[in-house]
Amino acid sequence: MTTPLPTAPAEGAGAPAAAEAPASPWALALHRLRRRKAALVGAGIIGFFVLAALLAPVLTAISGTRPDTVDKKAIDPYLGGLPRGSLGGISSHHWLGVEPLLGRDIFARLLYGAQISLLVAFSAALLITLIGTVLGITAGYFGGRIDALISRFMDVMMSFPSLIFMIALLSVARDVNRVVLLIGVMSLFSWPYIARVVRGQTLSLRHREYVEAARASGTGNARILFGEILPNLTGTIVVYVTLAVPGLIGTEAALSFLGVGIRPPTPSWGQMISDAVLYYKVDPMFFILPSACLFLVVLAFTLVGDALRDALDPKGSRA
Amino acid sequence: MIGYLLRRLAAMAATLLIVCALTFAVFYLLPSDPAAQFCGKDCSTERIELVRQQLGLADPLIVQFWHYVRGIFAGQTLGTGQYAVQCGFPCFGYSFQSAQPVWALMMDRLPTSISLALGAATLWLLLGVGAGVISALRRGTWIDRTLMIGTIGIAALPVYFTAMILLYLVVTVAGILPYPRYIAFGENPVGWITNLILPWITLALLNAAIYARMTRNSVIETMAEPYVRTARAKGLPERRVVGKHGLRPALTPVATMLGMDLGGLLAGALITESLFSLPGIGKLFADSLNKSDQPVIMGVTLLASFFIVTSNLVVDLVYAWIDPRARLS
Repeated sequence: MTTPLPTAPAEGAGAPAAAEAPASPWALALHRLRRRKAALVGAGIIGFFVLAALLAPVLTAISGTRPDTVDKKAIDPYLGGLPRGSLGGISSHHWLGVEPLLGRDIFARLLYGAQISLLVAFSAALLITLIGTVLGITAGYFGGRIDALISRFMDVMMSFPSLIFMIALLSVARDVNRVVLLIGVMSLFSWPYIARVVRGQTLSLRHREYVEAARASGTGNARILFGEILPNLTGTIVVYVTLAVPGLIGTEAALSFLGVGIRPPTPSWGQMISDAVLYYKVDPMFFILPSACLFLVVLAFTLVGDALRDALDPKGSRA
Repeated sequence: MIGYLLRRLAAMAATLLIVCALTFAVFYLLPSDPAAQFCGKDCSTERIELVRQQLGLADPLIVQFWHYVRGIFAGQTLGTGQYAVQCGFPCFGYSFQSAQPVWALMMDRLPTSISLALGAATLWLLLGVGAGVISALRRGTWIDRTLMIGTIGIAALPVYFTAMILLYLVVTVAGILPYPRYIAFGENPVGWITNLILPWITLALLNAAIYARMTRNSVIETMAEPYVRTARAKGLPERRVVGKHGLRPALTPVATMLGMDLGGLLAGALITESLFSLPGIGKLFADSLNKSDQPVIMGVTLLASFFIVTSNLVVDLVYAWIDPRARLS
């Protein structure tokens, strides 16, 4: 008896094999419900941080602290500038303690850090969605030379060591708005990943019957693209963008950690972590708080994106 | 296959040239004066001018670029007369800071980065593929759920946090391991492992989750294939069905991703190296950045692109070898 050779799966542009059948409707429902619970937790965390970022001025007015006010009274100069009191200087005045050396309020800095982190990540996500969708759909729909040109361009962009190049670009720039620059530089190296997925999906959509029918009835390219193809891509795009956000938040933190992202006095989580690494043994709270924020936001977006993928893209295909 | 290989090599060379040109353009736009950097403090205007001549910085951008690219392959002589220095193949210029050849600096750091990348990759493959396969085979059970939620949680941990917690618990509190520093494998294999194990774990935890989810999806897909059913119907033992018919094709996409990730990592894990103060290429880059040491920054950028482009090529070639259809696209 001969064993059949295992055939290599045609894995490439993301064409998964047959859809998996659920064990039973009941199991499927339970499965989805479990997914949704995680997604709800994730959405709750995202909501919390978005609210905190939006209400930063209000909340800091209530706490009576500012992110850049130096409070020398809260630190102990005889202990190398460590915060006075336990747990990193938590007090009725400084709710989450203060930074060593400068005594700036951590609560206020975390809130304004959330603003920056979310602003940068959301704007970059919007930008890469826009660029990625437009270029991906154009390449996939028109094919031929346009496709070849765009695809090669994507290949080149993906051959850059992105983190290294982002750092190089960011360190070159002087006297520019750091936030705008960060958004631009991060988007520059992230859009090809979405464009590639959109292109692949468009390729498979453009020969569907309803697209052929629309073309046969004389519908223009623009109407076909926006009326027939784009609506079928929304699910995929939403999933990929949601899953791209944690990456963008992490990248912003990494760049600020390395000192080329957001510059002081504007607070950012990555920058706080970078300062706190020196104190992780003597003032663990200062290190744990921004790390925890970063962890929660990244976790929340991954949970939501994951659940969305299951809901919108049941085959679980990946790029 | 030969035609395909040549086409791919040409495309690779073109990509590297573009990356090189863009990198060059970016650094040319740097506001700081490389000549003044190279000359150091308390340098007279005439001396800076001399250095500028010597480094060829007075030439137009395109000429400088040509010299740079030619230098990489053919080496070049920097400066003239008594100041002439022969920089042999592959010439990436000299560091402004240490006046050492950039190539030598990078080769000095490369073993650290390679050790870090390979060790971490081995670890995350073991963890990720293991968890993914178990999850897929126990699909829908509590084991699957725990593993999948757990991997999301672990992947979300900021790398700074993982590194510092590991350092604190293992080195400071328990005192089991020394504070990581790089020891060459040839010098002391045990020391190599004990010193690098914490950085490996840090990097592996970051990546294992993605591999676990990918392996899980891939194995689930493959196990639903008709040939797996056929294998079962023939009465093969389940071990053989899973091992031979299920896993082998399922792990192809994992190998692809591994190739790409390794390519990105070989030229240095910037943050991990910084956190553990490991003298790898990433650390070299970070240090050069602080001192605006342009030749080193450029060299590292190019080396990193080279690794990425090469690993993409290797992955594609392996694919074309396995699946002839891939040669056409």
